Amino acid sequence: MTNLLILAAEEGEHLVQAGDGGWWADTAGIMLILPFVAFGLIMAFGKRLKHQGGEIAVAALGINLVWATILFVANLTGGVLDQTTFEIARIGSGLVFELGWVVDGLSIMMYFLVNFVGLLVFIYALGYMKGDVRVPWFFAAFSLFAGAMLILVGAPNLVQMIIGWEGVGLASYFLIGFYWDDLDNVKAGNKAFMTNKVADVGLILGAIIIGVTLGTFDFDALDLAAIEHSEALAGVALVGGFLLFFGAMGKSAQFPFHIWLPDAMAGPTPVSALMHAATMVTAGIYLMARTFPLFQNLATEARGWMVAIGAITLLAIGLLALVANDIKKVLAYSTVSQLGYMMTAVAAGGYTAGLFHLFTHAFFKGLLFLGAGSVIHAVHSNDLTDMGGLRKYMPTTYWTFVVGSLALAGIFPLAGFWSKDEILATLQFEGYVAFMWIAIAGAFVTAFYMTRAVALTFFGEYKGHAEPHESPRIMTGPLVGLAIPSILFGLLNIPGVSWPGIGNFTEWLGIRVVAMGDHHAEAIDFALAGMGFGAALLGIALGWMIWGKDRNTQQARDRFEVPALYPLLRHKYYVDDAALGLVWATSNPLARFVDWTNTYIIDGIVNAVGGGTKFLGGLVYNGLDQIGVDGVFNGLSAAADSAGSALRKIQTGRVQEYAAGFVAGALILVVLFVFVI
Amino acid sequence: MIVNQFLVLAAALFALGVYGLLVRRNIVLILLSVELMLNAVNINLVAFEAMLNTPEALGQVFAIFVITVAAAEVGIGLAIVLMIFRNRRSANVDELNLMRW
Repeated sequence: MTNLLILAAEEGEHLVQAGDGGWWADTAGIMLILPFVAFGLIMAFGKRLKHQGGEIAVAALGINLVWATILFVANLTGGVLDQTTFEIARIGSGLVFELGWVVDGLSIMMYFLVNFVGLLVFIYALGYMKGDVRVPWFFAAFSLFAGAMLILVGAPNLVQMIIGWEGVGLASYFLIGFYWDDLDNVKAGNKAFMTNKVADVGLILGAIIIGVTLGTFDFDALDLAAIEHSEALAGVALVGGFLLFFGAMGKSAQFPFHIWLPDAMAGPTPVSALMHAATMVTAGIYLMARTFPLFQNLATEARGWMVAIGAITLLAIGLLALVANDIKKVLAYSTVSQLGYMMTAVAAGGYTAGLFHLFTHAFFKGLLFLGAGSVIHAVHSNDLTDMGGLRKYMPTTYWTFVVGSLALAGIFPLAGFWSKDEILATLQFEGYVAFMWIAIAGAFVTAFYMTRAVALTFFGEYKGHAEPHESPRIMTGPLVGLAIPSILFGLLNIPGVSWPGIGNFTEWLGIRVVAMGDHHAEAIDFALAGMGFGAALLGIALGWMIWGKDRNTQQARDRFEVPALYPLLRHKYYVDDAALGLVWATSNPLARFVDWTNTYIIDGIVNAVGGGTKFLGGLVYNGLDQIGVDGVFNGLSAAADSAGSALRKIQTGRVQEYAAGFVAGALILVVLFVFVI
Repeated sequence: MIVNQFLVLAAALFALGVYGLLVRRNIVLILLSVELMLNAVNINLVAFEAMLNTPEALGQVFAIFVITVAAAEVGIGLAIVLMIFRNRRSANVDELNLMRW
């Protein structure tokens, strides 16, 4: 069970000091199973309960959160490093397939995140989904979503990670297409599923290449091999690393796979909140972090490309948020942009920086989505042009949304400021200065579009038709619950600051089998932090000038379009069209060819086979069966019939005739015995 | 010892029994004929025992067996005859041809 502790001990130079977490780590697998139990219970009994199964889902995640919190606290104070696995199958002589759970700094952080954000979103959903269609199915699929993510997060090897990975994809498909009465939602679900599936091929191929090379799929073996610069692994590191990155690009919506994420807004808002905060889209970043030593030590040539893709994503997709009119799509583009930050950071070598942004982002992005859901609940529209002036009607939603926006924009001292600053510092230290400037520009854009969203939603005059009202307490409670960490959690990782007794986020996250070896700044770089902060302030100021100030020109500012860029942005850089065009260009001739072969060749063969079979069947039936076989049996039965009619006459019913026969037989026997034998 | 005279007697009795069995029409007489055949066999058994003089006296034992079986047979046979007579007011075997084809 604790084989990885032994492995770590053998690797003296990379040794990480940690406890084994005791009973709570040994039983942490319960977190991976409970959501699936909840799934089954909700499917079976959900309909009969008061909240239609919602209470079961909340209870499951509530129990999970107890485990996650205890492990989280244990990790704060001494570090927890443990692994429990069960052998499921053995392939050939060497490859072993195991299931189990890892408990280390990285997975504990994710357990905590998924269960904490998940619990609040589930509670929120109790209010949000009230009176909606198919509520039990919603909570069942939602539990499945969280459960699959926990399977993924707890994976001790690539195989289990793929299982969770696909489970998350499946659950997201259910949830994005939740309102399947409308064909557009079904299409959005299909788009998400298929886009992900293309990228998944990369993950699976990468896992196979690495697993076969190492002889095991275990992450600890991979980490150790990477740290030791194992020659076998070095040979495939670049290809394997790129393939894993390819898979991560799909789930974490990196350019050009980002196209599925905005469409995924078709699902209910709590789904978007959970998907964007803690579960699905973080999976790619998590994969990169889990296999971080591979990229840090071996696949170093890939890093420049990965940083570039992350940087393109963070700036280009961030700009798209400026033209989106659907409040959820603004947030979706913002998520893609922030995922670009995380990917850039992890790829550049900032293990802690990327994951810290993932951690803080989960809280404020979850908060923003739940806030958007609260607004949509009130005005019955997703469209920013139907909102405006809502701060008077929805005070709690308003101030929590503003907190989330400021945190996202990176305003001191909220969470986003610290995590974004750390990414900038990493990019600078690792020598990706050009990308650092892109990231600063991204900070400006982030602040810019969030100002637009806040101004159009909460300021000015109300333009909608429904009667706006504050959401019930079951929905505002989770908003407050997420606003507090959005404000405070940035303080967990101030460069150079170690809180007495608990240390800081960098130390907690470093509890892995091997030391990650990423760089940590010893103190705040005020010039860099100032630049990031200045860019954010500039974005807010400019955004406020355009969208916030002048109430009299409301319509003009609603219609404000970013000069020059607008047509490009409006069409989302034509990536969706290009993807669709690519699919058309390749699949249409293929489909025609397949159709032709189907009609003329396969149908011909099938018809010929069918006709031949029919003819043969007729022959057999008429010739062989009717005449031959039936004739034999009819003849036999007729013979038996006539013989029976003849022979039954013997049965006269007169006893003395039988006796005479008996005597005659006896006489014949006597004659035989006496004279013949 | 010579057993010829006993064998001749037994054969005559047996033939009489067979004759009676085949030609009599009254069921009671047919049963009597069967008894005649059994007793012919008994005579043979006793005669051969007297000649061979086995230590276990097997012939006599078998004769006693046959008498016992014959008594049981007559008991059951007469009971059946009685029932048939009660049902059909007749003891003529020619009329008892229900079990025919």
